[in-house]
Amino acid sequence: MFRLTPEGAARPPLAFTFDGRAMTGRAGDTIAAALLANGVAACRTTPVSDAPRAPYCLMGACFDCLVVVDGVGNRQGCLTPLEDGMRIESQRGRRAVAELAS
Amino acid sequence: MTPLADVGRLAGSYDLVVVGAGPAGLAAAAAGAESGLATLLVDENATPGGQIWRAVTTTPMKRRETLGEDFWKGADHVARFDRSNAAYAPRCTVWSLAADARDDGLIEIGLSMGGKARMIAARQTILATGAQERPFPIPGWTLPGVMTAGAAQIALKTSGAVPDGRVVVAGCGPLLYLLANQLAAAGANIVAVLDTTAPGALRSALPEFGDFLRSPYLAKGLRLVAQARRKLRFVSRVTALAATGESRLEGVRFARGGGVDERIACDALLLHQGVIPSINLSNAAGCAHEFDETQHCWRPRLDDWFCASMAGIAVAGDGAGIGGAESAALRGEIAALGVAARLGRLDAGARDARAAPLRAELARCLRGRRFLDLLYRPAPQFLAPPDDATIVCRCEEVTAGQVRDAARRLGVTGPNQMKAFLRCGMGPCQGRLCGPTVAELIAETRDMSLAEVGAYRLRPPVKPITLGELAALPQTEAAIRAVVR
Ligand code: FES
Repeated sequence: MFRLTPEGAARPPLAFTFDGRAMTGRAGDTIAAALLANGVAACRTTPVSDAPRAPYCLMGACFDCLVVVDGVGNRQGCLTPLEDGMRIESQRGRRAVAELAS
Repeated sequence: MTPLADVGRLAGSYDLVVVGAGPAGLAAAAAGAESGLATLLVDENATPGGQIWRAVTTTPMKRRETLGEDFWKGADHVARFDRSNAAYAPRCTVWSLAADARDDGLIEIGLSMGGKARMIAARQTILATGAQERPFPIPGWTLPGVMTAGAAQIALKTSGAVPDGRVVVAGCGPLLYLLANQLAAAGANIVAVLDTTAPGALRSALPEFGDFLRSPYLAKGLRLVAQARRKLRFVSRVTALAATGESRLEGVRFARGGGVDERIACDALLLHQGVIPSINLSNAAGCAHEFDETQHCWRPRLDDWFCASMAGIAVAGDGAGIGGAESAALRGEIAALGVAARLGRLDAGARDARAAPLRAELARCLRGRRFLDLLYRPAPQFLAPPDDATIVCRCEEVTAGQVRDAARRLGVTGPNQMKAFLRCGMGPCQGRLCGPTVAELIAETRDMSLAEVGAYRLRPPVKPITLGELAALPQTEAAIRAVVR
């Protein structure tokens, strides 16, 4: 989706996982920027039709960048700085009732 | 400047709380603190600068010509704020602002930082929430691979990242041409710039051309367009536009002057048709707003010192009407003078004397703006999508056809009623991305003006906050009394 310019790639690396896959971001990235630079096409599916979505505005307005960060859902990836060791998961559709009850 | 990393470290009350660390907010907070007010600047992002000066202190794109001199001007504004005594809460979200919640007349502000919420109080507030890109609802705009031009610019500033593969940039307005040049300079492969500037727009803008000729925009603006035209494949008079693909973007389909469909295969489509004030917070706080016909958007109704209709709330910068970074900083500064006077730090004479040169400079900055506003006002088909299958509410996936149908058959006359029928505006973005389009569709179907149609009435929380955060808030006496009788 995105690629780093030589200047962008020169920043210190940060390791994280997305849906269990090991990825590398860079210091100064937001989660959304790191996912885009790692070629992640979609970071969530919608609650209404399960359509895939990717970050759209990167400035906190659209909420299409929602992801699960270290087990906490509905985090705006474009407002959350990436940290080393983060476990990020795509946010899939609507939350099930069983999940809410547990 | 004192950075605060935990919501517990904030004071319980401040003389002045400024929301947003862009050009207006940085200037307002610095000026407020310099005049001796206990000032807090809160901002959603991790570093100061807002969107236009995003990551100005941290960007890896250090070659000055890539992002341009206007970007680097932000560094001086951040430096002045850094030297001030203001407190600074980055990564802090304001989810409510109430001018009438307390008996002591202070403004009550709901904040959230690192998953913890807190209520604080302010004698005066300046909202510097800036602008957002005007929604650009075309078929396929929800596909991964389609983004706003602003988003690509943010990725470039913060991460030194550019869209991979073949990039198409589409829409109109100065930011679009600026971005096309910045991305090209950073090495992106821009295969086309599709210009949707309405063919009739030049005619309506022409009466303002005299002012524009004497404006600071002229040279800059013309240079940007000329550069984009010279270096890139520039397609003008685009009258129809759609993003195509199954589960992600594969290409763009467009037509010129109502002609046959043309196609370009691409991996990224960047959309932009101007910016509009972000009014969610002022709207939810209950401030009166008015429809600006020239800029074609809602803005808060303000007096000469940028005070809104609710006492203790001022709005500065592009959130009060689009004027660009320089004008935003000046408006922030003027708003802070107003606050200092209202809090007794300045008498009216000194306030006016200090504001006079700033106002003169502001007038100079805004000269020629009307020409740009009229020239780049989006064509009707890009405000109210003709294709009924187009999604207008991205969160709840409500289509243009559904909104038209409800307006026509069910007689829905306003966005708030539409919300109740279709859920548009009820998703997490709270109408930021569909509000203007829903209003356009109602206005078109029912032959009303946008001022008559109105806008979503927003309520706090204006940003999502967890139930846990809300439940953990300490309760005020008044709140307990209201429930336990
Ligand atoms: S990408 Fe739009 S809110 Fe994060």
